[in-house]
This record gives sequence, structure tokens and C-alpha cells, in this order.
Amino acid sequence: MVCSLVRAPLRRYFTLNLYMFMSVLVSAGRFVEFSRHGLTSSEYVYFYYYSDAILTICLYFALMGLYAIVFEELGVAMRLRVFMMLLLIGTTLFSYSVVHQSESRMLTRYIIEISQNLYFVGLILTYVLWAALLKLRESRVRVIQIVLSLGMYFSIHAATYALRNAYPDLRFVWAFLPPAAGMFLPVAWIYAFMKFDDEARLAPARLAAVPR
Amino acid sequence: MMAALIFILSVAALMQFFVSYCRSLIAASARKALSSDVQDVIGIRRSANAEDFDRVMQYLHLCPDRREDRNSIKAIGAYYRLLGAAGAIMGKLLPSLRVWTESERSQCAYFAAVALDRRIAHNRDMFAEQMSA
Repeated sequence: MVCSLVRAPLRRYFTLNLYMFMSVLVSAGRFVEFSRHGLTSSEYVYFYYYSDAILTICLYFALMGLYAIVFEELGVAMRLRVFMMLLLIGTTLFSYSVVHQSESRMLTRYIIEISQNLYFVGLILTYVLWAALLKLRESRVRVIQIVLSLGMYFSIHAATYALRNAYPDLRFVWAFLPPAAGMFLPVAWIYAFMKFDDEARLAPARLAAVPR
Repeated sequence: MMAALIFILSVAALMQFFVSYCRSLIAASARKALSSDVQDVIGIRRSANAEDFDRVMQYLHLCPDRREDRNSIKAIGAYYRLLGAAGAIMGKLLPSLRVWTESERSQCAYFAAVALDRRIAHNRDMFAEQMSA
């Protein structure tokens, strides 16, 4: 947040700052719950997963902000925001309907299912944004790096939650990957803000995995 | 079934995002010219060979590191090894892929050389500050 405020106008990257601010609040809340009830308590587990879902929704807002930056010249940002909000509501309802039909109807099962689906929809939206960046030949390094790091973050989390959903006993995998991914996102954003200014550019053709 | 599908697609997307992210890091440093001192030390002028990477990394480890560069260098190191593995495994079947991975690996080496240049300049500045204090 500090790097963003120092190196860029607040309004331009407001949703990224909002996510980081919420992330700090949630971390503080988790620490309080952890101190009071312990790591294995149901209070901490519920707080952890519900706060994670809230953070993911904040990340959707961050993604909307990035869509607005990329599409600002085309004037379709408002329509995209409405579409993304509908998608978010749809994902939540879909996750609820899947768990509602299952036998256990456990709340923890629901939250893992919704987290997996939210991260996966986030991944698809980031992928679409990435494709749009390539199509529009976007060359701002900062925007490109923020979008790509967000894509990696969503991918790691979606894969981890899917693995967890399929194999709940693989604790050694999903105990380490999400914290590592959680650290990666702020570090990558700090790098993007501190290293490049808003006008730093590169050739978009250099970014496609297949050489052109 | 749904979870398996999401897992496979997520891993595929992760690979693509990772490759593009590393390429964006490399592209940002590709335009920067190396200082004459670094050119003399590591023997790289305007372009590097893939084999130079390990040697330049050894120089980088000798230099006191900068926190800002640490993660990007690690990411490029992982990308370099990934390219090496891809080239070794699939290079015999797809010669064009092998050429591409070699080209990418040489750009990784140039990225490392630019990072080394930055570190040396940073340490020189720090040293000059200490001497003047």
C-alpha cells in the first residue's frame, strides 16, 4: 500500500490498495483469533476460511479495477463491472447449490467449495484480461506485471483448493502452497510499483509464450 | 471430477502466467546496456549465451544482494531451469522448441548480467556514501 501511494496516484490503483488494506485487517483478525482460541479451534478455522472468501471477493474488486484501467479508452468498464458482479453472485449460488445437494451439508465443505470456485472464476477472468492485454497490445510494464502476478496467485490457489477438495488428506501440500502464494502477491506488486513508473513500456510481442 | 478439471486447468494457466511473467521481467531489462566494467568482468557485450547464466549467478552470489532484486532473480533462476528441462526432454522431438529455449535461456543470462550490474552500482554508491560520512 505504501509503495503504491508513494509511486502512483491513490485513485488509479484504489482497488489494489483496498485489497491490501483488507488483507492487513484480516491478518490482524486471524492473529487475534489464533491467540484466543488456538490453531486447531473451530473458531479460528471458520474465521480463516470466511475471511479468505471475503479477501477473494476484494481481489475481484482489484481485478475490476485492472479491467477499468485496461479498458478505460474503450469506455466499456461499467458493463464489465456489472458482468463481473453477476458472475460473482452466480459462482456463490452455484457453490451453494452443489453443497446443498450433497449429503453432509457441512459448512466447512461449502466454504472450501466456494473458495475453489471463486479462485477458479478469478483465474478465468484474469486469463481473459491477459488475453485482452495481448490483443490490445498493452505495453505498460506495471499493469502487465500486476495482472500476471494476480494470475499466478489465482492459479496456485485454485489448484490448491481443487487438490484439497479431491484429496483432503494431502495436508503437506496445501499447508505450504497458499502461504507461499500469499507472500508472492504483495512482493510482486511492490516490485511492479517500485521498479517501474506508470509510463514504463515494453514490446507486447515479447510477452507471448509462443515467439512471434 | 470437477476438482480434477479445475486442478489441471489451473496448473496449465499457472505455467503460462509464470512464463509470461518471467518474459516481462526479462523484456524490461533487455534494453539496458551493461556498463563497461561488468562487460570486462563477465565477458558479455550485447548478448549472452545460455551457458553464461550459471557463471553470472556465481558473481551475483558474491555481491551483497539487494532486497528488491532477490525475488525476480529467483523467478528467473526457476524459469532458466524450467527451460533447460523442457529443452532436454522435448528438444529432440521438436528442434524449434530447443532453439527457442536456448534463446530464452540466453536472455535469462543477460537478465542476470543486468542484475549484477545494478548490484555493483548499488554497492559502489553505498561505499561512496560510507567514505564521505
